[in-house]
Formats: sequence, C-alpha cells, structure tokens
Amino acid sequence: MPELLAKKQLLLGNEALVRGALEAGLGFATTYPGTPASEIGDTLARLAKECGLYFEYSVNEKVALELAAAAAISGVRALVAMKHVGLNVAADAFISTLYTGTRAGLLVVTADDPSMHSSQNEQDNRYYAYLAGAPLLEPSDPKEAYAMAKAAFPLSEELELPVLLRLTTRVAHTRAGVEVGKLPQARERRVKGHFEKDPFRFVIVPSVARRAHKLLLERLARAEALSEGSPFNFLLGEGEELGIATSGVSYTYVYDAIEELGAWDRVRLLKLGMSYPLPRELIARFLESVERVLVVEELEPLLEAALRARAQELGLKVKILGKGTGGLSRLYEYDPDRVRSALAQALGLKEEEATTPPPEAEPEWRLPDRPPVLCPGCPHRATYYALKLALGKEAENTIFTTDIGCYTLGLLPPLSMADHLLCMGSSVGTAGGFARATDQRVIAFIGDSTLFHAGIPAIVNAVHNGHKFLVVVLDNQTTAMTGHQPHPGLASSALGPAEPVPLERLLSGCGVRKIHVIDPQDLQGAVAAFQEALKESEAELTVVISRHPCVLLGQEG
Amino acid sequence: MPERLRIYIIGVGGQGTLTVARLLGETALRRGLEAVVSEVHGMAQRGGIVETAVLLGGYKGPVLGRGGAEVILAFEPLEALRAVLAFGKASPRSWVLTNTHPIRPITVSLKLGEYPDLERALAELEGRVARLIKLDATALAEEAGSPLSLNMVMLGALAATELLPFPAEALEEGIRAFAPGWAAVNLRAFQLGREAVARALAETRTTAG
Repeated sequence: MPELLAKKQLLLGNEALVRGALEAGLGFATTYPGTPASEIGDTLARLAKECGLYFEYSVNEKVALELAAAAAISGVRALVAMKHVGLNVAADAFISTLYTGTRAGLLVVTADDPSMHSSQNEQDNRYYAYLAGAPLLEPSDPKEAYAMAKAAFPLSEELELPVLLRLTTRVAHTRAGVEVGKLPQARERRVKGHFEKDPFRFVIVPSVARRAHKLLLERLARAEALSEGSPFNFLLGEGEELGIATSGVSYTYVYDAIEELGAWDRVRLLKLGMSYPLPRELIARFLESVERVLVVEELEPLLEAALRARAQELGLKVKILGKGTGGLSRLYEYDPDRVRSALAQALGLKEEEATTPPPEAEPEWRLPDRPPVLCPGCPHRATYYALKLALGKEAENTIFTTDIGCYTLGLLPPLSMADHLLCMGSSVGTAGGFARATDQRVIAFIGDSTLFHAGIPAIVNAVHNGHKFLVVVLDNQTTAMTGHQPHPGLASSALGPAEPVPLERLLSGCGVRKIHVIDPQDLQGAVAAFQEALKESEAELTVVISRHPCVLLGQEG
Repeated sequence: MPERLRIYIIGVGGQGTLTVARLLGETALRRGLEAVVSEVHGMAQRGGIVETAVLLGGYKGPVLGRGGAEVILAFEPLEALRAVLAFGKASPRSWVLTNTHPIRPITVSLKLGEYPDLERALAELEGRVARLIKLDATALAEEAGSPLSLNMVMLGALAATELLPFPAEALEEGIRAFAPGWAAVNLRAFQLGREAVARALAETRTTAG
C-alpha cells in the first residue's frame, strides 16, 4: 500500500500505534474490538497478510491476552489491544503475566474513555499498572503513540515484563502528521518462535509465585532506573514560579495554554510519558526547582498523590495544587478551558484574561436532542417489534436485561425495552438473578458477538441451576457496533475462511432444550415463535435466536 | 493567507464530516503545515451528532474550548445552532457556514422536542458571530449528481471563504486521490459549494459597498 511508504502521514493515534509496533517487528497480535481501541485491530486486520504477521479477533479480551502472552514467551513480539473495560475481563491473566514475565516483547494496549463517549464507566486504567506492577507508557498524541509502541518492545525485553500502554479517546481518535520509519520486509518478521520449557517459572503455583513476586519487584527497580533516563520523561521551560506536572493528552492542553497565556518564562513543565514506575530523581529535581506545583492529569489523582508523597520524603514545603484547582476534577476528560482556567488560577491571572466569555444562558434556545438510533432497516427493530406484539400488555411487568452492542439503543423510546445493564454478558447472568429473586417475567437481550464473548458461562449456569427466563439472541452475523468485525459464529476471520461455531449447537451443547430460530423480517412467524417461547420460558430456560444480517453489511466502501 | 486556523465541523452521523476533516488534515500536511484532527467514533455513527475539530498550523491539543472555533462548518442547520447556542464553540469573531436543509431528529418525531423555527433561530445566530453563510448544500449535492457528495459541497463552501491556509486547488488534488471513482461528482459538488459561497460573499461586498 502506498500509504506504507510515505514518510509523513496523517495517522489516527490507533494507526500510529500499529505502525510503531510493525516497525518494531511485531509478529503476533490479538484483540477484541471496543471503542476507542477498535481501529487498532482493524488496521492490523488490513495489514496482517501483507506484513506477514499473525492477527486474530479473539473471542474476548482474556483469551486475546492469553494468546499474546504465550506467543511472547515463545519468542515472538506480541501485542494485545482492548478498550479499558476489556482489561477488567483480561485482568486475571494480565496480573499473572507480570509474575511469569515475558521473553520477547509483550505490549498490552488499553484504550481508556474519559467522559464515556462510548463506555459504561471512565475507570482510570493507570491503576492497573500499579495493581499489576506493569511498566506504563502514556502517549499524549499520535506521534508519541507511534514512538512509544516502537520503544515498548525493547523495553519489555530488557525488563522481561509486559508493558502496558494507555491511550485515551483523544489520543486514539486524533489524527496528526507522524514521521514514520522503515517497515521490515515480511520475511524479516519473526512470526514463529520456540518455547523453551521452564515450568518453575511459567507454572504459577504458590511456591513459584512467591519467588516471582520478589523478582517482579527487582525488575520494577530496574524499570525505575530506565524511567529516570527515558526520553518520554522530560522537563521543559526554565521558569521557577510554577511547576506543572502532566501526562497523557493533558500535556497538549497545558502546552497550548502556556503559549496562549505567554507564560513560558514563569513555568517549568514535567512531562511524564513513562509514568510507572515514576522517575523519583527527576521528580525530586523538579520539585526542588519550583515555588509551586500544579498537577494536570485526567481522572484519578495518581501523579498528584505520588508528588505529594515525594515532597514529604524530601521534606519539601512546596505547595502542590491538583484536583479542585480551576476546572480540574476527577470527572470527565479535560479540555482547553478547564486546563487554562487551572493554569490561570495557579499563576494568579484573572480568569477573564484567560477565557473567551461564554455565550449567555440559552433557556429560549432549548434545542431538541439528537440521540443515536438504530439504523433504518435494522433487524433489531423488527425483533423488538415482534416481541412487543407477542408480549402485549405483559411488557409492563417484564424485566428486560440488555447487553453491550447497537441493541443497547433499545433503551430509548419508542422501543423502551431495556431495564438493566452492567457489562459485556451481564444480560444473561443478571436475568438469572432477577428470575430467582422476583416473580416477574425476565427477558435477556444479547448480541451474537457478546454471547460468545461473555454470555456462555451464564447460559451454562442458568441451565444447571434451573433459572427460568427467555434469552433473545440478536444475531446480526457480525460485531456491528464497533465496525463489523468477525466473531466465532462466522465462516471467516480477519485472515480468511474459518470454522464457524453454530450458536444452535453451542447452546444445545450447553444443555438448552428449547431453542427457536427466527427471521425477524417474517413478522407473523416471529410473533408466533415468541408466543410459544414465552410460554416455554415459564418452565425452563428458553432461547430465541433472531437471525438477520446487519443492514449495513456489504454497504461499506 | 493565515498560517493557523481552528475549524469545527458538526453534522449528523453518515453525512461525511470525518472525510472532510481528513481531507483538510492531509492537504495541510502535503503543504508542509502541521494538522491535528480529532474525531469521536462509536455511538455517534448511528444517526447521532458527529463533531470534529481540525486545527491547522501547529496546535497541540486536539479539541476546541468555548469560543475556540474560528470557522464552524455545519452540515445541518440544527447542528449549527447547537454548535453556537449549546456548545458555545463560536466567538464574535467566528464565521459559520451552514447547510440549510434540516434532518429532523427522532426526538422531534416522538414529540419530545421541537425543531426550531430556522429563520428566527438563524437570525439569532447571525447576531452572535462575525459572519453567517447559508447554503442549501443538500440541493447542490443532488445537482452535482449524488446526495452523498454533500460533504464536498460543504468543503467547497469552506474553500471559498479564503480563510484556509492553502488554496482551493490544493483540496481538489486530495479529492481526486481520495475516491478516484467518484472524483467527477465530488469535484462538481466541491465547485458548486465554492461558487455558491463566492456569490454570497460578492453580494455582501456589493451591498456593503
């Protein structure tokens, strides 16, 4: 592809990250799609064959991480990417990989979503670096996403530890000009390794784990030394009045605000790109060189707490400002206004000098919302409609559990068929709870990809424990919400033909006896099947697979 | 020509705003200018609001604060109002270019909200910005040969303002390379948008003169 040759390209943060990893000799990559990480997998899917590496959309993030970890200890540089909540799914495996360590570089990418543009929470996955003991890289823009992904592999190998790289929506989904380097030829890429046995390292039983934890702490001490010298951690500016410590995309807002306020002669910036373990000596030099400090980081006050602790160790009286200054809070993503107001406050400037006056309050101009809706012709609409007809008035006393996907939009009127959602797969698990703890009718909605991802154990649980409810599988033959990635029910994968796992047989193998398959476009047939299934579900777990391809499939250029 | 420009693009999912943002960014890059383009994906694509910021000439941060847009390019008139009246992206120095063809949101069909009286609302908006330019970009796209070329009409409209740090011809090059099969329609749409705005600007100049 010509775009692989051009030297400076306008790349999305996610694409830049892939480019960096490919230049570093990436040989193995896995993912489960999720906004804002999806384009990492999609870019890899597009380039895998040409670049000669192995790539798959795995069934869920835990399995994806397990595959990548195995590849890396077999000597193949590996990457696994997921959205922030995906790391919750993969956390059990992830934390153990820090104990076993790695041989070839292993890069674990988490894409966080401050402000919850398309997520159920805005958890700060920097905590996972602290929890697991994982070296952490935090790019602030696509250029750094490229550079850090490239540097992550040698770093991981030097420390023999997986490296966690944390994107946020504004880094993952920003395009910027990135100077790229040379891609290795497909034949130079190491895609097969050899696993050297070492069971007393890789079989993480308690006696092994006790030694592994000690080793992890030793490796983290080495990581701290590397953090001191890392080009991603640096000081900028010669001012002594105000020190500003920052990481991630906040750095870009801080930089622009300093320019706008003309404050370079008054400030010194500490930019932390490798932010776990923190460079303690660099932080000491920074704290000792300024009169006051402002910490600008989105979400949780991790740097702030670390700087306060460091000042205490050093016996410094330097005043440290953070959350609560200007617009800085633990809520939502930052923006230029919030950051500039904090800087202005910390510098003792009047707010008026720093911000453009906001328009007057607009009660008169209350504009109608424009929420996203299910597409015209979407088969989910037909499924909801048929079930509504079958339920009639009973809908009011029915608990509808829903799940993650386009069909979550069933929440909105006029469908209004969603009462509860926690996370991927929760529709089936919680339905069991509602069915046991109430006398209400319970109906769980779950998509095909989501059922494979996290619904199956809950189905097994419901069959075995005799929970009685109806599961409606909204089978549109794709992972639609995130951009039509394949899933295990289909006869193709990212790399070509694949063995499909038919849902009917899978569910039947789980012990479900009442399984209906309908096409929601056949309204009469669908209503009749739902009526029968509703009756059956009063006696045992019943599943209706409502199958019709996503209306957008085949329409994309 | 200015060296730096902050552009805010707003529209409805499916209208092609992201393509316009990308073409602007790539054109800037080819001309040796820095460009930062921020997008929001995910739910926005299901007929929701899609916002994009294009920052040309060396900004670091990817989003715009209040009053931060020098130009607002709105693919739908309700969204032009939203950008200014609700999101506060405009300052009294901003230019707003808007398509006048409405797309009614579902909340209006469900009677959960009312589509504003456009004439009155746009007059209100006009009083708050340096310049408001209105065009029926949907009709011009159909005239060009495809309703899908709406985004190229809007891009042409933007090019005609001469606020961009590069000439309109530089964008044409990108349009040709972007989708060669659609180049003829897209270039026609671009030209129609450009002419419509050039005419509007010439008229105001005459009136003012």
